[in-house]
Order: sequence, then structure tokens, then C-alpha cells
Amino acid sequence: MKHLRVTSALVCASAMGLAAPVAADEVEVMHWWTSGGEGAAVAVLKEDLEGKGTTWRDMAIAGGGGEAAMTALRARVTAGDPPTAAQMLGMTVREWANEGFLGDLNEIAMAENWDEVVPPAVQAFGKHDGKWVAAPVNMHRPHWVWMNAEVFAANGLEPPTNWDEFFAAADVLQAAGIVPIAQGGQPWQEATVWEAVVLSLDPDLYRRAIIEADPEALGSAQITESFDIMRRIRGYVDDNFAGRDWNLATAMVINGEAGMQIMGDWAKGEVIAAGLTPGEDILCSVVPGTQGSFLFNTDFFAMFDVGDDQRNAQLNMASSAMSPTFQETFNLAKGSIPARTDVPGDNFDACAQQSMADLAEATAADQLYGSLAHGHGQPAASQRAYLDVVTQHFNSDMSSEEATELLVQSVAAAQ
Amino acid sequence: MLRTLRRFTPQLALLPSLILVTVTVYGFIAFTVILSFTGSRMFPRFTQWVGFEQYGRVWANPRWEVAVENFLIFGTLYILLTLIIGVSLAIFLDQKIRAEGVLRTIYLYPMALSFIVTGVAWQWIMSPDLGLERAMHIWGWESFRFDWIKDSDMAIYCVVIAGVWQASGFVMALFLAALRGINQEILSAAKIDGAGPVQVYRHVVVPALRPAFLTAIVVQGHLAIKSYDLVIALTRGGPGFSTELPSTFMYAFTFTRNEMAMGAASAVMMLALITALIVPYLYSELRNER
Repeated sequence: MKHLRVTSALVCASAMGLAAPVAADEVEVMHWWTSGGEGAAVAVLKEDLEGKGTTWRDMAIAGGGGEAAMTALRARVTAGDPPTAAQMLGMTVREWANEGFLGDLNEIAMAENWDEVVPPAVQAFGKHDGKWVAAPVNMHRPHWVWMNAEVFAANGLEPPTNWDEFFAAADVLQAAGIVPIAQGGQPWQEATVWEAVVLSLDPDLYRRAIIEADPEALGSAQITESFDIMRRIRGYVDDNFAGRDWNLATAMVINGEAGMQIMGDWAKGEVIAAGLTPGEDILCSVVPGTQGSFLFNTDFFAMFDVGDDQRNAQLNMASSAMSPTFQETFNLAKGSIPARTDVPGDNFDACAQQSMADLAEATAADQLYGSLAHGHGQPAASQRAYLDVVTQHFNSDMSSEEATELLVQSVAAAQ
Repeated sequence: MLRTLRRFTPQLALLPSLILVTVTVYGFIAFTVILSFTGSRMFPRFTQWVGFEQYGRVWANPRWEVAVENFLIFGTLYILLTLIIGVSLAIFLDQKIRAEGVLRTIYLYPMALSFIVTGVAWQWIMSPDLGLERAMHIWGWESFRFDWIKDSDMAIYCVVIAGVWQASGFVMALFLAALRGINQEILSAAKIDGAGPVQVYRHVVVPALRPAFLTAIVVQGHLAIKSYDLVIALTRGGPGFSTELPSTFMYAFTFTRNEMAMGAASAVMMLALITALIVPYLYSELRNER
């Protein structure tokens, strides 16, 4: 550790010169919640803290799903000047905790009983060696199908519950001259579909092939079948999908140009911004065959190991972020559901209420898994190895057998 | 005392920049090379030494294979096409034509844009649902197809098109200056000896342009290996990762995949690649000049 500090101090000497020390009653928070609704939600947290006499210093770094923010964070921490807290996805929390940079929140977590209200699968990321190191603020569910209600009604279609119905609906839409599936063309979007397909085939396959990266499961016939389904899905996607952003694909469903999109519940933000109601104008149902299980991705406030003078402010912040009122306000704006299971769902829309009910069911049945595409399945290096193969298969005419074989190799090479 | 000081003034004046270059260029090259022999993942760590293992992992990675192949396609076509177009434009402009100044500015102008701007503009032009293909459809040419940018096998050629558009004018300017520098008396002598215009260019002018070729190839060669922003703005490395270049590979592995040592190894490979391409050329050219 010391060696690291010395070498990197040289590298990052300039970064050190820029950062002013954080005062005792102040928290500095790095995040990438910069869009309208998210910004408003963060402001709620900020006000709450200021009520407790803690000032909030914002270190918002927009863009790239946090990629830019993570690069900046690394420079800050190597220079020996971490912020009080930083927004992170589950696997990133774990990687930072393994490097020994995160603090200990047990004092507040035990007093507020976090162990009781947070689902165990989320705790697995928020805790390290029995200590809470990060406060979870939400739970997204990435395996939804969003459908244009008007288009579906006009073509006499119902939300599909299995893949046969799904592809039958796609055929009807195609015949009607509508793009059946709106798909964005970035590796994470293709992986969002693929992980849902794997889950639909068998939740146990998801656990073994993705969470445990078991080579035998990765090379199994079921994985080959998942690539077959991906190839069929590709047949219903328009030719211009490459490079398309997810929100543009959502817009295609909203304006009736396309019939369906497989995307996480953040798509609701686009629906609401267009003045429509999720669950009515834009229907939601889980990806065919995934009812009963639940993939999630969670945003955490990871708390860095800061000096004793800042600890009080840090604990204050953790407590505010975990308060039921903040979790409700924030998640109403974000499209996700609270990471605490004791927040009432009355103010949420139909899709979120379904999520909450499904979450309880999946937790009880032990079918709650982290999402691979969204940083809760594998550490960065091997996660990208999965994504590489999925995107290469989806964007070429590679056979399913070839993709399966490549997947086994790539994942092994990235371990 | 004063005299000694005066004698060493040039050295003293150069010292800060010398130190700066030594540390920030050569120092960090050495740092990167050392890093590539470690097992570093998220942060630089100098506790675990793995020899050439990271290089093996880079070469075993299918993404690197695509990156190197793309670099060879892009690098070769980019240098070749900018040279051909640049030299031709320079020769045409050198025919003492009217409005040369205006034309020269027009051709040189793309160089004033950043690669990001070029990338975004060409992304719109080449996108089938937005640019050229759509325009042709609106104008009635329904069967017109230009969807390379969405095609994994062809997308790298889109990067070549945008890069060539950007840099050809710069090469033209280089050669125009070189053409103006040729001694007019030699040209007159050739004409008196009965050489036609084609022969004059082949045997007199083009050989006289050798230094300009050297400059153009070295400048374009290092631009080709550095190009990162162009690909990011144009295709973001897609479709899939079919337009990956060594530079995008290096960034992805170092900063988003927590494979810092692998990223360092790929950076060293890039340095080796450019050295292998440029040094022999520099060597032969400079030796001939002596």
C-alpha cells in the first residue's frame, strides 16, 4: 500500500494540488446522477443533510454510465485524497473494498438494522468481511419488455409469456410493417437481452454460468440455445440498430415505430418524460420465462475510509441515504424500487409495484441474482469478456456453437 | 563568472524542457514498460512480477486480433490514400491556376477541425437512416445502399473515409510547399532536353519530393496509431467491436476493465508497432540523404 502511494503520488501530484481538504461537517460526494429527475432526487438528500448541519459538496461527473467518474475517482484515490462517498455499482464496491479503501459503517448499520431490511443478495455487495461499506439506494430490474399498448391492441396482441408467443407477436408486428423489436446497439444493451434469455431458460443456469462462471455450465447446450434465441431476436431488429442509444430505442416504442423493447426499468423515465403512463400506454411485463426470478442492479454510496474528523458527517449521510423517505422520493424519480423492502409501494406505478411483489417472491425462493450487464454478475474484467462474445455474436453471422466455445475461452482468459 | 554564465545560457534555458521531456515522455514510457511486467489490475502494483504473461494475454485476446487487423487496414489505406490524394491535389494546384488561394484554403480547412467533429459529422453522413442513403431515397434513387457503418465487415472503411477526408488537405499543403521549393532552373533544363510534362513529374519532380514524403509518412503514421477520438465519435468501436483499434483497446483495458498491466502491455505493443514501421523508413531515407 505504501509503495503504491509513493509511486502514484508522483503520477498524480497535479491532482493533489487541486483538491481542497474537506471540512469536518462536510461530505464530498462523487456521482453521475446529472439528468433532470436524478438531479432533483439528489437535491432531496442534500437538503436532508443540511437540516442535520452537514454541508454537501457535489462532485458530479456526467457521462458514460459512470465510466468517466470511475476514471476520475481512481486518480483521486491514488493521490491519497478520496471523496467521502462515491456512487458505485455492486461489483465495483466489492473491488474497491478488496483494495482496502472503504470505511466501516457498522456503527450506523447496526443501530438502524440494515441487516433486516435489505435483501441478502444486495447485502452481499454492500458488506465486506461482515462490515457494511456502502449504502444501497435502489434496485433496478433489467429484464423487462416494454410494449406500445396502442400498437399491441391494434394488432390483437397480448404481452407474451413465453418465447413462442414472443416470436409469434414479432411476426404479426413485422407483417404489419412495424419494427418488432427496438434494440440499441451497444454491448451492454445486447448483454441485457442475453442475460434475460439465459435466465428464462433456467435460473439455475444463470447462477452457474454467470454468477459462478462455471466452465461446464458455460459450455453447455443450454448456452448454445441462448445464442440461438439471440439470433432469432436479431432477425426482428431493424438494420440500423448498430450504435443506437437505449433511449432512442425506447422512443421508437413510444412513438409506435416499433412494438417492443427489452430494457431495464429506467426506460420508464423516457415514458414519463413523453407524458405517457407506464403500465397503461406503454405496457410492461417481464421477459418471457423469467417470472419468479429477479435480476437486479443497485446503486450504492460507497463510503471511503476517511479520517475520524469526517466520520460523523459520513455516518449522517449513510443514515440519510438509507432513510425510507429518501429511498421513496429518489426511486420515484429514478424508475427503480427502494433497496429497503419496508418502504410502502402505494405511490409507485403499476410496473414498480409488480417489481416489489416479484422481489419479495424471488427473495423467498432464493431466485434473486445480480445482473451481469449492469455490474452485479462478474468483476469488470470477466464481465467484459462475456460482453465481448455476446456483442460479437449478435453483430456477425457467428454460429451459436462457435459463440459458446468462444465464451468458455474468453471467460477463462479473463479470470 | 559572467562569461561562464553567458556560455552556459543556452544549456540553462533548455534545461527545464529537457527535464520535463525526460520525465513525462521517457520516464512514463519506462513506467509503462515496467507496469506491463506486473500483475496490476485496478491500481499499479509492483509486488507481483509475471514476466511476459500480460503480452501473452493481449495476443490471446480476440479483441486485440481485431484491433491489429483494423490498424493494418486503417494505417495502410489512410497513409496511402492521403498521399495519393494530397500529391494529386498539390500537383493540380501547382498549375498556376486562378483562385489557387481559395481552393487551397478549402482543401486545408478540414485539418482545422478536431477528429471529434469529423467523426460526428461523418457518422451522420454515413448513417443510412439519417445521411447519404436517406437523401438518395428522398431524391428518388430507391435502390441506393450505403450502410457500411452498420456492417461489421465494412465499418473500418468508414473510419478510413473520414480520416482521409480530414488529413488529405494537410498532405496537399506539405507537397505544395515542397513543389514550390524545387529549383525552376532544373525544370527548365528538363524541358529544354525535350521531356514532356509527365516525364518531368516522374523523373524530376517526384524524386525531388522525397523529403516531403518522409515528413508525410512519419506524421500520418503516428496519427494513424494514435487515432482514438475519430473511432469513438464515429462508431464507438462498433458494431460489436469491429472497429476496435489498438488505442481503444488500450483505454478499455486500462481504465474500464481493471486490467492495468494488460493495458500497459498493449501500449508497449503500440510503441513497438510504430517503431517497427517508422524506424526502418527513417533510417533508409536519412542514410540516402547523406
